[in-house]
Amino acid sequence: MRTLGRLRRLKTTLVPEFHGWCKLQASHAAGKQLPRIYVTRRIPPDGMKILSQSGLCNIEQWDSDEPVPRSELLEKVAGIRGLYCLLTEKIDAEVLDAAGPSLQVVSTMSVGYDHVSLEELKKRGIRLGYTPDVLTEAVAELTVALLLATSRRLLEAVDEAKNGGWGTWKPLWMCGYGLTDSTVGILGLGRIGAAVTARLKPFGVKRFLYADTVPRPDMAAKIPAEFVPLDELARHSDFIVVCCALTPETQGICGNSLFSLMKDTAIFINTSRGGVVNQEDLYQALVNGQIAAAGLDVTEPEPLPTDHPLFKLKNCVILPHIASATVATRNAMAALAASNLLAGLQGKAMGKEVPL
Amino acid sequence: MQAFVTRRIPREGLAALSQAGVCSIQQWDSDEPIPRSELLAGVAGKHGLLCLLSDRIDKEVLDAAGSNLKIISTLSVGVDHLALEEIKKRGIRVGYTPDILTDATAELSVALLLATCRRLPESVEEVKNGGWTTWKPLWMCGYGLSDSTVGIIGLGRIGQAVARRLKPFGVKKFLYTGSRPKPESAVEFQADFVPLAKLAEESDFVVVTCSLTPDTKGMCNKDFFSRMKKTSVLINTSRGAVVNQEDLYQALVSGQIAAAGLDVTTPEPLPTDHPLLSLKNCVILPHIGSATYATRSAMSVLSANNLLAGLKGENMPSELQL
Repeated sequence: MRTLGRLRRLKTTLVPEFHGWCKLQASHAAGKQLPRIYVTRRIPPDGMKILSQSGLCNIEQWDSDEPVPRSELLEKVAGIRGLYCLLTEKIDAEVLDAAGPSLQVVSTMSVGYDHVSLEELKKRGIRLGYTPDVLTEAVAELTVALLLATSRRLLEAVDEAKNGGWGTWKPLWMCGYGLTDSTVGILGLGRIGAAVTARLKPFGVKRFLYADTVPRPDMAAKIPAEFVPLDELARHSDFIVVCCALTPETQGICGNSLFSLMKDTAIFINTSRGGVVNQEDLYQALVNGQIAAAGLDVTEPEPLPTDHPLFKLKNCVILPHIASATVATRNAMAALAASNLLAGLQGKAMGKEVPL
Repeated sequence: MQAFVTRRIPREGLAALSQAGVCSIQQWDSDEPIPRSELLAGVAGKHGLLCLLSDRIDKEVLDAAGSNLKIISTLSVGVDHLALEEIKKRGIRVGYTPDILTDATAELSVALLLATCRRLPESVEEVKNGGWTTWKPLWMCGYGLSDSTVGIIGLGRIGQAVARRLKPFGVKKFLYTGSRPKPESAVEFQADFVPLAKLAEESDFVVVTCSLTPDTKGMCNKDFFSRMKKTSVLINTSRGAVVNQEDLYQALVSGQIAAAGLDVTTPEPLPTDHPLLSLKNCVILPHIGSATYATRSAMSVLSANNLLAGLKGENMPSELQL
């Protein structure tokens, strides 16, 4: 019975691969060279399957869990038609030059594209696929998890339970700040920002504010949330959650000018990109009691060196960039990135394309 | 009249007590729990007792107090530390603190659920010991709430508040179990009332928010865990004794369930060498469910007002029906 099951499973993988192989042979027979693509990492199975069973490309891959070394990347992209990358690869003029004029599509397995030079892509007429929407729920969920872990001092408390600091129940021990009757300020009311507010609402938040490059009336009306300047967001928020993209405008926007205006009971949460925050200013704000605590899922650099001063602070929670880390979400991201790439190779409309 | 307070309490509560001019106050003015001998001596002849959940108020304490005692006010919603039968026999009234701690406790329950299913403490450990090298597609992946089934054991005030907070995370289905169906409470979540076994079998997340009674003691045991999914997560923020800890340890170690998060244990504190503390897939918090500044302050004022009302023979803001 088990053999039968195994045979059935083998069949499910082998048959589509066989078909893919047939298409490959057919193209070769017809004298057509299949376009070459390069995949910069070992990727989740749902993505790999789409690429390998398509019969639309020859795949070369850095088949490792570790990032591809720069020199290897520059060598392997020469003459490729499509590039499937992660947020760990800087896709700049150097890489694009190394690839040469054959490159027509870059597909990143991420919603952020601050690692990709849009200018250089646009110059060369190269298209860019990315993975919004499929990761929104997982990221919003982790953002709220991080906010609660920070405001309710979970990591500190876990340590106390392990190191003997836990005595008996005490009225004022390990008290944190609750969301009930609070004001929450969102920096960047996009898909993820809106999904975060939806999850925070039933915790009794009294008021939602948001700051952004422009007002987002449709998103804001559903919550509802008020559009305010950044310094008003700082002054009035009990919780600030950063959900914006990293752009030249948002680089370092969370620095002393923001922290100095914040309440000393306020909590700062960043799950966007490390570059949005001035980390030295954040450290000072935490040490001086300018704000109560901070939670970061993203840092500059990643990984953050283990001797970084922020790690010494009890009121700073640092996660290793795991916001989209559920098996289902990572597979969905991989699949979307694969589909985007294939569409780009065929000159078709992509599922999710960055307008350049 | 004289009242005895078994611990240092938030100053708002003490102010409410002392400024009422109803009673004189004797207090164990420490952050540490009162020694048993001090408690027995301190309650002697008192009319009112304000205590914490760490004080076992049993026959011995009640005998030591004597016949003056007419009101016991606890700074908690749980009353499993009170010998209710003995208290009822003696005609003593009981005040407690439901409702005002519901939000903070439900919030912490959800915080614990998310920290457990998204592996927050584990990932923080990895960061500390150099395990964070780079962004990797399948590293530190956890279980999400999207499209999940959540089973609530005890759909009371706290259970409902938890369900309300979980809803926007994309939960597909709510189940609940308890001593009896609560259709008025369940309708908001379209939650189905099911037997305990079915809840175990079908839930991706099991959240325990019932009170500790002889019926619920040890309810989450070997049989319960054997029915749960291998990918499921158990969260307990009710009382430690609802869960059989040895059975839970086996279930976690053998992969019968994916992970567990506990805010309450047996005993409290849990000894630092307890096996559950050594498991990566077990998150243990030191009973901080209601621990926000605002809530503890409000609890202290409510318990003070319960005590004062009891001393004066008036209606209490929150009286436990015995």
